[in-house]
Amino acid sequence: MNRIDLAFQGDQKLLSIYFSAGHPNLDDTIPIIKALQSSGVDMIEIGLPFSDPLADGPTIQKSSTKALRNGMRTEKLFQQLENIRNEINIPLVLMGYFNPMMQFGIESFCQKCKSIGIDGLIIPDLPVEIYHENYKSLFDKYGLYNMFLITPQTPEDRIRYIDEVSNGFIYLVSSASVTGAKSTFGEAQAKYFNRIGNMKLKTPQLVGFGISNSATYKAASKYSRGAIIGSAFINFLEKEGVHKIANFISSIR
Amino acid sequence: MRYQVDEKGFYGDFGGAYIPEMLYPNIEELRKSYIEISEDGEFQKEFKFLLKEYVGRPTPLYFAERLSDKYNTKIYLKREDLCHTGAHKVNNTIGQILLAKRLGKNRIIAETGAGQHGVATATVCALMGIQCIVYMGELDIRRQAPNVARMKMLGAEVRPAQSGSKTLKDATNEAIRDWINNPVDTHYIIGSVVGPHPYPDMVARFQSVISSETKLQLMEKEGRDYPDHVIACVGGGSNAAGLYFHYLNDLRVNIIAVEAAGKGIDSGKSAATSALGKEGIIHGSKTLLMQTPDGQITEPYSISAGLDYPGVGPMHAHLYRSQRAEFISIPDQEAMDWGLTLSQMEGIIPAIETAHAFAVLDIKQFSPNEIIVFNCSGRGDKDLDTYIDYFKL
Repeated sequence: MNRIDLAFQGDQKLLSIYFSAGHPNLDDTIPIIKALQSSGVDMIEIGLPFSDPLADGPTIQKSSTKALRNGMRTEKLFQQLENIRNEINIPLVLMGYFNPMMQFGIESFCQKCKSIGIDGLIIPDLPVEIYHENYKSLFDKYGLYNMFLITPQTPEDRIRYIDEVSNGFIYLVSSASVTGAKSTFGEAQAKYFNRIGNMKLKTPQLVGFGISNSATYKAASKYSRGAIIGSAFINFLEKEGVHKIANFISSIR
Repeated sequence: MRYQVDEKGFYGDFGGAYIPEMLYPNIEELRKSYIEISEDGEFQKEFKFLLKEYVGRPTPLYFAERLSDKYNTKIYLKREDLCHTGAHKVNNTIGQILLAKRLGKNRIIAETGAGQHGVATATVCALMGIQCIVYMGELDIRRQAPNVARMKMLGAEVRPAQSGSKTLKDATNEAIRDWINNPVDTHYIIGSVVGPHPYPDMVARFQSVISSETKLQLMEKEGRDYPDHVIACVGGGSNAAGLYFHYLNDLRVNIIAVEAAGKGIDSGKSAATSALGKEGIIHGSKTLLMQTPDGQITEPYSISAGLDYPGVGPMHAHLYRSQRAEFISIPDQEAMDWGLTLSQMEGIIPAIETAHAFAVLDIKQFSPNEIIVFNCSGRGDKDLDTYIDYFKL
């Protein structure tokens, strides 16, 4: 069974953390993953840095630029993760833009993910139709999940289509925005989360974008299976460093 | 072989809409409506009226006699440099502002590199009384002060793009992010035949007025509506797309695309995307782009700010791969020399982008009976500082 499905068994709320690989320092990847697991995080999204991350807000952009400057590359990340499954048993998801994956070769990329023990991918600029038509069979062949985003503007028939093609979870974007943009949730979001809830989708959902603290985490978890934190964690890492990760996680839940 | 876009938004292997889900509603709205709106009679009437009365179209198809004598062939210049604001860019911004109005948008965003598209956008926004925000790389803002001032005079807000390399590609990323954050009231006017479908086709259609006029004008002057060669410079490729548009499927017409070699193709300072680029995704489009082996998009270089885009429109990538068009790259020096040559032989000071195209005359042999149409896409006023520095004028 895919580790992502395992994580969603039962009805506890999940916390997933995103970080940009290679940031703050090139070799922080493994220490960050270990600290997150031992702090009780349920899933980790490892960001593969890209020069032009157009769905991301300033925090993730900056961390991505720094990671590249530090020398992070696709090949390098795979090297770092080579033996990760000796110690880490929570689901690991790679999140990155499509171009670096294309240049690596999509099949080679999938193969490499499988051999390392990556459970799934999030590729913000690979739309569901193109994935479905051209790449899904490849992902299936290597047992990799691909997770999609939906937003408050996504029409209902499209949400149904995404639900049908999805496995793992659906990434519920909290508002029309790039990552990191909001600090609280209002009535509009509650309505949107409820609307999705009432659709009784087969794929569970995690809320992401704008989750920055305990209050937003709990608010998001009320309507879904949990939430994803990215920018706020990256800001924390930048200020406090890798050794204090446990403090950040315990402040969230 | 098909050279126009297909139903899925592709030109052969290239194009499509590789966009984050957050952009889906914006792009879908455009995709569904752009043809219907732009082919509507009322729209066409208004579009043509503004092109005539405001832009100053039709632009002349000028027979360049001295140049033709020197190269012993027939050379025509499609004088897009005579358009209001000094280049072909305004054809597209007029079309898109009318489209935006019909979609009920009251806020316009745009990206700009050298500032030409920014000025053309600010101009039509002023004309229509619509709020205008132009994203421009922080570095470019410093390099292109006069165009920044023009945009401000026209009432636009110029927002510096501070991410990545702080140039055109980053300004484009910032504009896309703005659109993600403002999906309902905002229209994004892209300045070239780049970006996700339907932009490349939509911009090409608005620019296609260049070749529809050329056909009529050639018929009048030469008794046939097609030339033997069409030649244009290509950065993103909008002026070229406009000149090629009605000739794409006319195989009697040889298509030549001229890219900027910068300091030389192998110098590491070049913008010759067809020669140096690999297939990939940039700004939501699958095309040829300059990148590291790892897939990070690299910063191109050309002395002309309008040609240093790391990608090329998907139509052009397809013309290149299918060999429908011949791609030639011209280094800075030859382009600059042609800036001077065209000035002194025809009394036309061209934009440095435009000057690149003419250098083909030194590379290729044409026969006396052949008809060549160059897109004289922009005038050189904006480049005076560069010309002054270069030639110590």
